[in-house]
Amino acid sequence: MSAVQITKPLVEVRDVHKSFDQLEVLKGIDLDIMPGEVVVILGPSGSGKSTLLRCINHLEAVHRGFIAVDGEQIGYRIQNNRLEKLSPNGIARQRRKIGMVFQQFNLYPHMTVLQNIIEAPVGIHGESRKEATRNALQLLERVGLSEKAHSYPRQLSGGQQQRVAIARALAIKPKLMLFDEPTSALDPELVGEVLATMRDLARQGLTMIVVTHEISFAREAADRVVFMDDGKIVEMGKPDDVIGNPQHSRTKAFLARFL
Amino acid sequence: MKANNVTSASPDGDASFRDVATAHVPFRLGRLLLWAVILIVTVDFTWIVARNENFGWPVVAQYFFDPTVISGLYVSLGLTVVAMTLGTIIGLALAIARMSDDRLASSFAALFIWFFRGTPLLVQLIFWYNLSTLFPQLSLAVPFGPTLASWDTNSVITPMTAAIVGLALNEAAYMAEIIRGGLLSVDRGQTETAEAFGMTRARALWRIIIPQAMRSIVPPTGNQLISMIKATSLVSVIAMADLLYSVQSIYNRTFEIIPMLLVAVIWYLLITSILNVGQSYIEAYYGRGERRNGAEAKPTDTGAAVEEPSH
Ligand SMILES: Nc1ncnc2c1ncn2[C@@H]1O[C@H](COP(=O)(O)OP(=O)(O)OP(=O)(O)O)[C@@H](O)[C@H]1O
Ligand SMILES: [Mg+2]
Repeated sequence: MSAVQITKPLVEVRDVHKSFDQLEVLKGIDLDIMPGEVVVILGPSGSGKSTLLRCINHLEAVHRGFIAVDGEQIGYRIQNNRLEKLSPNGIARQRRKIGMVFQQFNLYPHMTVLQNIIEAPVGIHGESRKEATRNALQLLERVGLSEKAHSYPRQLSGGQQQRVAIARALAIKPKLMLFDEPTSALDPELVGEVLATMRDLARQGLTMIVVTHEISFAREAADRVVFMDDGKIVEMGKPDDVIGNPQHSRTKAFLARFL
Repeated sequence: MKANNVTSASPDGDASFRDVATAHVPFRLGRLLLWAVILIVTVDFTWIVARNENFGWPVVAQYFFDPTVISGLYVSLGLTVVAMTLGTIIGLALAIARMSDDRLASSFAALFIWFFRGTPLLVQLIFWYNLSTLFPQLSLAVPFGPTLASWDTNSVITPMTAAIVGLALNEAAYMAEIIRGGLLSVDRGQTETAEAFGMTRARALWRIIIPQAMRSIVPPTGNQLISMIKATSLVSVIAMADLLYSVQSIYNRTFEIIPMLLVAVIWYLLITSILNVGQSYIEAYYGRGERRNGAEAKPTDTGAAVEEPSH
């Protein structure tokens, strides 16, 4: 037997609680994600999936517990043996290794596709414009949109916009990619092209957390499926187990709608 | 079974007849008549004005490029540019302060805007000009502590500085609200995306938010600029030799009031027209991502085909 390589989780979520005013949205979430793992989060509307995702890159602050990415606790640092809140610019620095893809694409409408992609690499990561452009054109080729480099986002279809948004997030060479319902705003015939791109990324070993309602994607591409309901993780495991043979009644009820 | 023929819903007319490329605009007689009436009235009115001796057109022509008028024009333009630039910069700072979570900053900005929008510009100008009667000495000092430097107010507040300070601060109050409206008009998701990519707030504002806000900031700013050019004529009350002041100084000598005022009016209209042209170019620039079918951005012929949005 070969020696077992002990790897640390890339993402550690420990006993995370989060409320909006009186409403408790996350009620103690524990989740470890290993490098290269593809985790799909399923769950009914309002169960806290987006909130969990947004807590991971600290777009929302958690109220209890902690979240660490790549060993760094996002939003905080340890100073003199005490936990200290980071300044906005400090948090900005931590986020730079996390890519995010939004339901509404959120491309910068005043920039061309190419400018959208090189904005962060050149402006934040200090890459040279030439290097970033070459890299961007490669990414565009990968998502099948080479000929759209000089179009503006509004001249593209929804599916094309979302593929550009994925290329834009990849351009910062992220250690972790977060997808929040990347296909929910798309017409059914455009969903396939975006999912195909994501399946490619999954195969290439990118660590991904994907919130989606696409059960087929979860079944084919996920290493692990997490089912959330009412702010808690109800069930978690291999896609074949959670989707194929759910144990919990709420998981069963949720999945029944997709059969 | 009843077949519903969708391809030609209307029974008469074959396909080539219904091709919209062959459509033409029907002749509209009413519209033509309206145009004719308006044209005739306009030409007639121009003719009457041009032939009216009382307007003194020869005098207008004689003084149009008079050195006094031209130097007044420079003063008006210079004041406009300086006051508008300062006003916009201060206005941007105020808008950001007004929108910040910091209560102190946002209250201060609100107070500033409340005061400078709520009092007449003319009164503000006179106050600045007469600052020396209120504060004979201006000094730089540690609060409640020693004085570091001190100046005679009259030597600092000349008509020029009074005019610049007065116009700029007043403008800042209006620009602050215009800019704030523009910043608020940008989709919240854009700020969030910039944040998620790890941009600092300053960078997000500069690269992502402001360029998009410009679409709604530019048109009212054009208005402000035109108002400002005319507002500079108020400084004639504090003895600044602007365009209006210079034509006044001429007609005080020659008593040709109407022709001299016409000189000023025509200059103001000329400047305004030039500004309108400039504004439409700026609007087109900031609307570039909006045209769905518009031309794509042209790649430059070098390999690095990216044009920096320059701002
Ligand atoms: N900024 C906010 N302020 C107040 N309540 C919020 C906010 N964001 C989310 N919520 C609430 O938190 C709960 C969870 O929201 P969340 O967006 O995480 O759900 P979700 O699982 O992503 O649902 P969906 O599948 O519809 O996207 C909801 O009840 C929502 O109303
Ligand atoms: Mg959601």
